Amino acid sequence: MIVRISGEGQFTLSDEDAAHLNDLEKDVKATVDSGRGQDFPAALGALLAYVRENGEPLPDDSLEGSQVILPPSDATFQEAGREFTGEGLIPD
Amino acid sequence: MAGLGGRMSTVVKAKVSKLLDRAEDPAETLDYSYQKQVEQLQNVKKGIADVVTAKKRLQMQESSLQQSVVKLDTQARQAVAAGKEDLARTALERKNVAQTELQSLDTQVTELEEQQQKLTDSEQKLRAKIESFRTKKEVIKAQYSAAEAQVRISEAATGVGEQMADVGLAMQRAVDKTENMRARADAVSELEAAGTFDDITQLGSGEDDIDRQLKELSSQPAVDDELAKMKSEIGDGGAGAPQIASGEQAPAGGDEKA
Repeated sequence: MIVRISGEGQFTLSDEDAAHLNDLEKDVKATVDSGRGQDFPAALGALLAYVRENGEPLPDDSLEGSQVILPPSDATFQEAGREFTGEGLIPD
Repeated sequence: MAGLGGRMSTVVKAKVSKLLDRAEDPAETLDYSYQKQVEQLQNVKKGIADVVTAKKRLQMQESSLQQSVVKLDTQARQAVAAGKEDLARTALERKNVAQTELQSLDTQVTELEEQQQKLTDSEQKLRAKIESFRTKKEVIKAQYSAAEAQVRISEAATGVGEQMADVGLAMQRAVDKTENMRARADAVSELEAAGTFDDITQLGSGEDDIDRQLKELSSQPAVDDELAKMKSEIGDGGAGAPQIASGEQAPAGGDEKA
């Protein structure tokens, strides 16, 4: 699976890693949904670190699209709430 | 994946398909996409240049504030040596404000440097993808039937479109940050224009409006502490204390006990 960290680049992850990624992402989403702003940076940090550590960077000239695009590392809790959930840019 | 990543992916895909929907003929789509990509790359370069300009402006303000801090410190010492405590306090209050601004500017310059680095990396990736797309588009034109070409184009354009959307997002974040910084930098410029960090010996008699505002801004205990420290270093300005000079030169060395 190809994952993009917004503002950083694309990484290829194995299927097993992708499954673990799902859990980590649920943690991040849970902090947003329950308004736990203090836990957000750590949860997002853990998610992005996992991708960087376990993923293989895609070459710059690759034209492949990503299956998942993750928020940038400096995304704030407010941005996450506004852009990535609920009444986001695109309605559910 | 239905979480944050899923939503962002949806947003980006929508942007990419919007870009592709505009042309119907595959060859036209290819050339149109490529042309759009090259345009976008130019915009990215302009955006990076704006970030660099904003950074330079902040750095110039930093160096001018640094000079003010040195000057005000010197003048405060001279005032203490001359026994003019009020003047020394005014100088220290202003120095305090200038130092606080300096710290904030320093943080902002560091942030802008990070933004600049990220944008430059992103631009490099976008350039590599556009070049790759250019090669691929000629292959598609030459080798595939119209129907098949459409599919290949979408595939190839997705990679570029996604990178573009990503650079766009990074650019927007950088612009938002520089806007905030500009407001802050303008506030510092206003203080400078009002003569806040100028020569305190040029002050008229009595307390003016700027002084009252600065007193509110500066942290009084810090000023009190620094003043006490200076007094203990210099003494209370006995005989032979130097006159307050208006320039940057330090007080005559012989008068300093420290």
